[in-house]
Amino acid sequence: MLSIYTRRRIINAFNLTASMLAMAFGLFWLTWILFTLLQKGLGGVSIALFTQMTPPPGSAGGLLNAIAGSMMMATLATLIGTPIGIMAGTYLAEFGQRGWLAPTTRFINDILLSAPSIVIGLFIYTVYVAKVGHFSGWGGTLALSLIVIPVVVRTTEDMLRLVPNGLREAAAALGAPQWKVVTLVTWRASKAGMVTGVLLAVARISGETAPLLFTALNNQFWSADMNRPLANLPVVIFQFAMSPYEDWQNLAWAGALLITISVLGLNILARVMFRKKSSFN
Amino acid sequence: MSKPLSTAPLNRHYLFDQIFRYSTLFFAFLVFSLLVGIITSLVIGSVPAIKEFGLGFLFSAEWNPVTEKFGALVPIVGTLVTSIIALAIGIPVSFGIALFLTEMSPPWLRRPLGTAVELLAGIPSIIYGMWGLFVFAPVFAEHVQPWLKNAFGDIPFIGLLFEGAPMGIGMLTAGIILAIMVIPFISAVMRDVFEIVPPMLKESAYGLGATTWEVVWNVVLPYTKIGVVGGVMLGLGRALGETMAVTFVIGNAHQLHASLFKPGNSIASALANEFTEADGELYTASLIELGLILFCITFVVLASSKILLAQLKKREGKVT
Repeated sequence: MLSIYTRRRIINAFNLTASMLAMAFGLFWLTWILFTLLQKGLGGVSIALFTQMTPPPGSAGGLLNAIAGSMMMATLATLIGTPIGIMAGTYLAEFGQRGWLAPTTRFINDILLSAPSIVIGLFIYTVYVAKVGHFSGWGGTLALSLIVIPVVVRTTEDMLRLVPNGLREAAAALGAPQWKVVTLVTWRASKAGMVTGVLLAVARISGETAPLLFTALNNQFWSADMNRPLANLPVVIFQFAMSPYEDWQNLAWAGALLITISVLGLNILARVMFRKKSSFN
Repeated sequence: MSKPLSTAPLNRHYLFDQIFRYSTLFFAFLVFSLLVGIITSLVIGSVPAIKEFGLGFLFSAEWNPVTEKFGALVPIVGTLVTSIIALAIGIPVSFGIALFLTEMSPPWLRRPLGTAVELLAGIPSIIYGMWGLFVFAPVFAEHVQPWLKNAFGDIPFIGLLFEGAPMGIGMLTAGIILAIMVIPFISAVMRDVFEIVPPMLKESAYGLGATTWEVVWNVVLPYTKIGVVGGVMLGLGRALGETMAVTFVIGNAHQLHASLFKPGNSIASALANEFTEADGELYTASLIELGLILFCITFVVLASSKILLAQLKKREGKVT
């Protein structure tokens, strides 16, 4: 029979070891996934990847049209989503002290933040693609911008709330009207944080596949026409990975490596920017 | 007497103030109406299916595009089962990670390790899917599934869960991949709520001679209970709606099995696979109704997560 003290010590040691193992478990998957990507994707990275179009099965090629399409859609979606997100976030932080709209919007925004992205795709399909009658780059852009908005709203509000009220009061005391206080003082004070939010949003949409399936679809050829189906990296990866052709699968791995590096790179960049800002405070 | 100052600049600023204020209000309202818009459009899109099948849609396991008979039971069950597996694995692991990061890790390791786990959330879901199908599934089929079958296959009832050929893909694989994907979300919330426990509470317990585990289990966890549940709900919300990773590994079969080794289907993966190929109004409407069901389930789950986390925050300032 163990003494109570020994038993408590053993339970403690056992559970703490288990917690350490859980940590190792989490890191294990991260390294395994990254290792696989490097192992299978690195071989496919070449000049051709960035200069040639997606090939028909059984021949060599690159991902140029997919990369270009993804970049176009991500850029436009960010350009559409960011101003909307910043304005809405500004309302929540600066003007929404009273009334029902601000708390409700905050609540809904947090839900949209984690809502299934495939439903966003379905929404754009029913309100835009089905009405226009064909898949298009614009549809994809709209779907992605709906994913940008909640991310930007959330970070904008959080960042504006970090701005000390003294700054606002000082500006108001000098006679600045409220719109000047917000645009010239609080926005400026929280610029780094807001840029972080935009970077996180870009990172989020760069890898999104599900909302593009029913909106932008895919295009095997070069196209810069936003009114037609547009090639994009995630959907190309999906199709190529599911295909039986080895050339296509290799391209899919190379594309997967490309996406992961850019998404993780953006994530890390956003963190570094935010940390600089916080240490400055 | 001097001339009174003109009020024109003041009026102009007042006008600008109003314009600015109302334009931010407009965009906030836009975000609000997005949710209303999503629900309305999905309801309108699924009207033909609702009219045709009524409530029976939820309980029918049939899915036949040829005879145009559709029921949502298989995808709903698939979605729930994979999410439950994900939580069963994800909750203990996330708890361990949060415990390690808040109580055990040396301070200089905290930030890099926390970031590493959060990066797991940054990896796009399609990468999880590819990796799951081409790398994880073969290893799983060769080493883990036969072992599970040997260990549990002969036990009555539980054995039914592990029946069938070890193919690598299926509900169990999808659940495990989902678990890896929700770990960063749940552990991030748990870490954040563990950190709000007042140090005095913990130190009092340590002062009475409690071990680290006893402090976490008897002081930290009860204090943050609501927040932890909120974090789990957040993870559940993520798992329910996850599309690409599940689509790759679940096998996409509209069949109901007791065995977790058998291929199944989830709402999101059914949509991803069939939507662009669906022809006929009823087929499309049924798929949109599936999307509506998914949105409603995740809405309820995420809303309760949000409410629970808000409750914890409210209590934060009070002395208990």
